Amino acid sequence: MSRVAPWHQTNWDWRAACNFIGGGSGTGLLLFTAIAAAQGAPFRVSGLVGLALVAAGLSFVWLEIGKPWRALHVFLNPQTSWMTREAMVAPFLFAAGLAALLLGSVAVFWIAAALGMLFLYCQGRILFASKGIPAWRQPTVVPLIMVTGLTEGAGFLAAVLPWLAPELPLRWPLASLFLMLVARTVAWRSYLNQLAAGGAPAKTLAVYARFDKPFIFVGNALPALLAVAVLFTGGGALTSLLAGALAVAGGWALKFTMVARAAYNQGFALAIPPVRGQGGRLPGTKPGWTPPAE
Amino acid sequence: MARYVMVVDLRSCVGCQTCTAACRHANATPPGVQWRQVLDIESGEYPDVRRTFMPVGCMHCGNPPCMHVCPSTATYQRDDGLVGINYDLCIGCGYCAVACPYQARHIVHRASFAYGDQPTESEAARFDEKRVSVATKCTFCIDRIDEAKEKGLTPGVHPEVTPACVNSCIAQALHFGDKQDPESNVSQLIKENESFRMHEELGTDPGMYYLWDGHK
Repeated sequence: MSRVAPWHQTNWDWRAACNFIGGGSGTGLLLFTAIAAAQGAPFRVSGLVGLALVAAGLSFVWLEIGKPWRALHVFLNPQTSWMTREAMVAPFLFAAGLAALLLGSVAVFWIAAALGMLFLYCQGRILFASKGIPAWRQPTVVPLIMVTGLTEGAGFLAAVLPWLAPELPLRWPLASLFLMLVARTVAWRSYLNQLAAGGAPAKTLAVYARFDKPFIFVGNALPALLAVAVLFTGGGALTSLLAGALAVAGGWALKFTMVARAAYNQGFALAIPPVRGQGGRLPGTKPGWTPPAE
Repeated sequence: MARYVMVVDLRSCVGCQTCTAACRHANATPPGVQWRQVLDIESGEYPDVRRTFMPVGCMHCGNPPCMHVCPSTATYQRDDGLVGINYDLCIGCGYCAVACPYQARHIVHRASFAYGDQPTESEAARFDEKRVSVATKCTFCIDRIDEAKEKGLTPGVHPEVTPACVNSCIAQALHFGDKQDPESNVSQLIKENESFRMHEELGTDPGMYYLWDGHK
């Protein structure tokens, strides 16, 4: 029997999720590393980690596509495809990033960080353009993907800065992390509200309902509290490491859930059943969907 | 210019799935892949319930999200409205499959056959290596439509140049033709009957019309 209600898409799995994980964390780290570098922090190690995360994400996509040796065809549709646009930004991002690391130039590193933001925006738009997956096609998915990428970047920096540059104050990285965690919570809830308000596959909402509380408390509130604790009590590098790691893990869990767990497709709908014999018009049906909010 | 569409008379479809079988025969799709499938949908509440059979597949949208997202330009749209896939360009990324709100696209990563690893004689004759690890979908039997001009025939009227599913329908529930021609069978059916298109609210401009009542 054919399926009518939405079922989970099978085309993008954990490997696709890894692209959003690596791309978001990597580009977020590049931006916060650039900010740190402007204040005199070393940027080679965290910059290299940022680039490596983006590269790892793209490698996972390469492993997933059906015809990996045709991968260069990905560049053929910049007119309308956000996947092409993401791919076109990547070489410039790596070139600028590696040049900055080789030359030790903060100015060039800022160019890489800016390209990273463009790359991250493309990732948000890739999901938004996926009209077959209700959980992805919400306009609020773009700010959510961007905000979580930045939060992960701030988390990475807060985790590693005390070890890379112990002489630098942790105040602004932790304050940034706190603000990003607040922003991510707001973006997540806005996204969730928009998704539910328009009607959505019931299984998508069920996945998110299970994910919501652990994400809010462990992925956002707890690292925010830890960041505040370090800010006001002067806690050590270990607390900062824990706050950053939780913020990063929360973002990774969010993207894995969004891509590989909550991505139920549109399913089918019968707008109006056929009128046969003496019967009149009856309401249609959209199995597996919650109704839109009144 | 033509815009080829399909019209499905929901009042007539009996759910026999002959169209599904005909499509699989004509296009040699592998097990588990149905370019034309028939849904069995229950609606209403007891005691006033209905059972409807609903053929679905690629809607050959006027505004196809699959084409817009395709990074390789493998998915294209012709002037006559048909949406096709260039198997030599496709990288099998699956982006079109998640962009399609009709679940019409399929990717299989290894050749498979009805009876184990070895193809039957018929399957071997029609097997196309190019269709492994790339996106595939209903083509509206594009090769037949392309022959229409050479042969001086009309798709939807002459069986030789009409999609296999339409030809096979035992209840004349499936119709095919040019919606731009006001005299065509499909234009007349849409004009004279009440119809809807699936997920039209998503802005895809789908090319399948479902007739649900005869009184407009």
